[in-house]
Amino acid sequence: MKPKFAMYWAAACGGCEIAVLNIDEKVLDLDANFEVAFWPAAMDVKYKEVEAMEDESILVTLFNGGIRTDENEHMAKLLRRKSKLLVAFGSCANEGCIPGLANLGTRESIFDCAFDNPSTENPAHLRPQIACQVPEGVLTLPPLQAVVRTLDQVVEVDYHVPGCPPESHQIAAVLDVLIAVVKGEAELPPKGAVLGAGDTSVCDECPRSRDVKHIDKLSRIQELPVLDTEVCLLEQGLMCSGPATRSGCNSRCPNVGAPCIGCYGAAPGVLDQGARLMAAIASVIDAKEPEAIDRVLDGLPDPAGTFYRFSLAHSLLRANRAALAEQE
Amino acid sequence: MTDKTQQERAGEERIGVYVCHCGSNIAGVVNVEAVAKFAAEDLKDRGVVLARDYTFMCSVAGQELIEQDIHEQGLTRVVVAACSPHLHEKTFRNVCERSGINPYLSEMASIREHVAWVHTDKAAATAKAKAIVNGAVERVLKNEPLEAIRVPIDAATLVVGGGIAGLQAALEVAEAGYDVYLIEREASLGGHMAQFDKTFPTLDCAACILTPKMAAVGSHARIHLFTWSEVEKVEGFVGNYTVTVKKKPRYVDEDVCTGCGICVEKCPVMVVDENFEAGIGYRKAIYWPFAQAVPNLPVLDPDTCTYFIGGKGGCKACEIFCPTVPNSILFDQKEERVSLKVGNIILATGWDLFNARRIPQYGYGRLANVFTSLELERMCNAAGPTSGRVVLRDGQTAPKAVGIVHCVGSRDRNYNGYCSAICCMQSLKLAHLVKERTGAEVYNFYIDIRTPGKEYDEFYLRVMDEGVHFVRGKVAEVSDVPIAPSEEGGKLYVQVEDTLAGLQRRIPVDMVVLSAGLEPRHDSAEVGKTFGIACSTNGWFIEKHAKMDPIATMTEGVFVAGCAQGPKDIPASVSQGAAAAARVLSHIRQGELALEPIRASVLEEQCSGCRICNGLCPFNAISFVAERKVSEINAALCQGCGTCVAACPAGAIQGSGFSNEQVLAQIEGLLRDVAQPVTREPVTA
Amino acid sequence: MTDQFEPVIIGFTCNWCSYRAADLAGTARIKYPPNVRLIRLMCSGRLDPTFVLKALSEGADGVLIAGCHPGECHYLEQNYKALRRHRLMQRTLAQFGIEPERVRLTWASAAEGAKFAEDITEMVEQVRKLGPLNWPANLPTKPVPVGMVAAEIPVLSEEVA
Repeated sequence: MKPKFAMYWAAACGGCEIAVLNIDEKVLDLDANFEVAFWPAAMDVKYKEVEAMEDESILVTLFNGGIRTDENEHMAKLLRRKSKLLVAFGSCANEGCIPGLANLGTRESIFDCAFDNPSTENPAHLRPQIACQVPEGVLTLPPLQAVVRTLDQVVEVDYHVPGCPPESHQIAAVLDVLIAVVKGEAELPPKGAVLGAGDTSVCDECPRSRDVKHIDKLSRIQELPVLDTEVCLLEQGLMCSGPATRSGCNSRCPNVGAPCIGCYGAAPGVLDQGARLMAAIASVIDAKEPEAIDRVLDGLPDPAGTFYRFSLAHSLLRANRAALAEQE
Repeated sequence: MTDKTQQERAGEERIGVYVCHCGSNIAGVVNVEAVAKFAAEDLKDRGVVLARDYTFMCSVAGQELIEQDIHEQGLTRVVVAACSPHLHEKTFRNVCERSGINPYLSEMASIREHVAWVHTDKAAATAKAKAIVNGAVERVLKNEPLEAIRVPIDAATLVVGGGIAGLQAALEVAEAGYDVYLIEREASLGGHMAQFDKTFPTLDCAACILTPKMAAVGSHARIHLFTWSEVEKVEGFVGNYTVTVKKKPRYVDEDVCTGCGICVEKCPVMVVDENFEAGIGYRKAIYWPFAQAVPNLPVLDPDTCTYFIGGKGGCKACEIFCPTVPNSILFDQKEERVSLKVGNIILATGWDLFNARRIPQYGYGRLANVFTSLELERMCNAAGPTSGRVVLRDGQTAPKAVGIVHCVGSRDRNYNGYCSAICCMQSLKLAHLVKERTGAEVYNFYIDIRTPGKEYDEFYLRVMDEGVHFVRGKVAEVSDVPIAPSEEGGKLYVQVEDTLAGLQRRIPVDMVVLSAGLEPRHDSAEVGKTFGIACSTNGWFIEKHAKMDPIATMTEGVFVAGCAQGPKDIPASVSQGAAAAARVLSHIRQGELALEPIRASVLEEQCSGCRICNGLCPFNAISFVAERKVSEINAALCQGCGTCVAACPAGAIQGSGFSNEQVLAQIEGLLRDVAQPVTREPVTA
Repeated sequence: MTDQFEPVIIGFTCNWCSYRAADLAGTARIKYPPNVRLIRLMCSGRLDPTFVLKALSEGADGVLIAGCHPGECHYLEQNYKALRRHRLMQRTLAQFGIEPERVRLTWASAAEGAKFAEDITEMVEQVRKLGPLNWPANLPTKPVPVGMVAAEIPVLSEEVA
């Protein structure tokens, strides 16, 4: 009997699922070596069928998405119980990712933003409810939790595959490892390992030329009249997170002239990616007087969102104080 | 995330915690027994196997206590909660080393300076002491065994300042057989002492005792003199400094000039000498600072020289009459820069005179016959502008009554709060000299007479016996306006409250001498910056320890001597100069020095060569290795500040001695009593 | 002891100036409140923002960063890096709802024991006024349902639907 495979999608955009499909014919290897037990995006299996499975009967579950709702939490705990190996797959599951940025505001502010913004028509200021009476009965929605949590903040996680989404060639490589293990050709990597990524930072893979850094202005890409195709983007005044971001993507964004936004998370051994970026960027600002420093920093209108674009929910502070207070 | 290594480490480590009473210094405020009990019981799960409190941990018996426990209890790490690590870190590291554990596996918790001495609430102080001990225990668990870094010491020494302190220091080092580069800003050695006539309390002629030393320095084969020069830049570290010296153009060829003086004689320009003659004498546009100048070379002042003022035309008398071949006058001489390699540096940059104009009520600069003490010094000097005669500003009249005002600009919260240390004795000396030369009535106006040196108070008694008057009181005003009908014009009236007699007095005199205080050099802050040392709030260079090390500074290999460190008299300056030399010689004789192994290093496998760190090091210790696309840190140049460690975006730079792990663990320990319970990882030994 | 809130502040000092200022305050027996617990770094340039975040998330109510005066750094100019990091950190922390008074940068030379004590006293008072930070990041997370309680469940009327 083939070992069982599962993949689940919590608070995420779906990109991780697409990325898995992007491995092309490699997906056939998956099918050849595993029995897909549960994969809502690919096939119809009900939650209660999962609940009925024996504990640890699934060999490996790729869990993508953060924990935003009670449903996410329930499924994380359920799949943890049912799986031998639980893999936090993609940035959301590992560090909260873009949904995690909502941790900078309270639930109220999230609803205000989503349902009462200039592009919505909502004169009654309606809000989604956890339960709603309709003629046919009560409709329910899973409660939204105060903050987004990462998978490892809710359950124990065996492996981490970073990236938003993980690069397909990396997914294929992870799959190869799993298949080799199944075939008895390889040992399982040590628990807690980060799979499908490099162990330096993006600059290591970036082909751009690099020099000593003196930043006297931070710009957004559209503000630069010309972008040098050969030179480090940070040196050109673009806020590139590459120096503080784990390698593994083959410097995809900088290759095409877009600064790295940090989706592979912190480099190995780093506690807080945002702190690393803050320290690094502030260190190379070419100003000594407070006012001059501030002028450079004004080019960075959303520092928390920039430095913690992907890693906020897994950072030391995790969220805005008001949002965290609601959690208590 | 669970930290297995930490758990394991706490399990296998055996930490001893020692809480010092420091007599009652700590124990009077901190409940030391409670702190020890806390460590023994609450920190048992963190690897603490024993905790003791003891009267004086730094005593021999205290040290033996630790040694004994290391041997008998098998301690692997030691925490001493006592005074500041700046005092006894070394002591306890040595204890560890003697007992066979790496000295860097010890940690001090400062509960005296940072707790007992600054807090009064005993309960709060004890709680804080516990937190600090907790922080130290967590930190020591993360300490790594380290080896001291050994650096070779270049035997050459830089002495900055050619006053009496610098001269003494230079001679001591040179006599021991090592090269000295002596840098002097002025055109001649000698400093302020060269301006004086006599020295207190012995009344030796200043020049008689100073010039032999100047000559000895000037002719010493090991001493390389750079006068009319300034230190521009200092790079490197103890044992290995590279110093850039700027040689200002003196427009005289040092190698050719014989010092015959014909150029000075022929120069037609006469200007007031504001410097050496304190504004009461004249010099030429090309001049010697003073007769016994070392080196015996004139210097040309382009700001007053006719040739330079006239846009490089005219006069040239000096050049025309110069008898040397080739001609010694070099109108085109340029600033020059010399790079020197030295192992140690002695700063003996001296002092500036307090500007008495800042106290308008004393009339200096407004009332002709108000003089500064330095002006009177020059007047008393036989080689000075009046050939030793004490006269009024008219240059003729000898005063019949002279008032000497003490503490001008010193011990005065409007100017300098400190005592300038030398003014009392200087005033007594000047009173004696005036009395001796003019027979005038001399009044000394003083706040307190401070004569703490050898034979000083005897000198005070002698001057009193000579009939000098002493009025205790701070002078309110010096005025030339008669008030009472009995007062005549043409006199100066010293208004003072005689606090011994309990009455206001107006004492008529012909001359008032302001005993101006000593101030740090106007540019001491900049000079300090050049040498990487700090100034006190008053502006004097800060010594390493006010009592135990008044010679070294916080920068290894930079020493201070003389008034640059604070006001002092000649014997003290000479002593400190010699002491600084002794410290330097000790370094030189050791051949190499053990430095704190606090250094940054790059984990090459984690470095991506982003080059964020490359521009951050002021010591140029970080370089980029293009072939391997990684940055590299030169341990010999690294000074251990840790800026690059904090800046590395990939966490690829490690800082030994102050690693992330150590600091983060210390934070956890310090906050253990307030941290939310869930963060508390139960760790069992 | 009164019931007033006693903040706990972690202070980062440099080895050369501010730590010595703290030592000097001690030697001179200058009194200041016992709320600050000091950590010695070699230089304020060693201050990794991680340390500040760590302290705040572990229960500190404030963080004091003290270095040599600008231009007087023992390592020439590393305190400027501390200055820049502090200014960037302040902007970032504001987005986390952390008041600027909680993370204070100050300069104290080795001679300024009294100034350092004053800075501490002032900061303790400011943080005391702000109240506890009690960063809850490490609390066990309890999911809380959003919106209204069940009794208030509105009926989705046909008009709106």
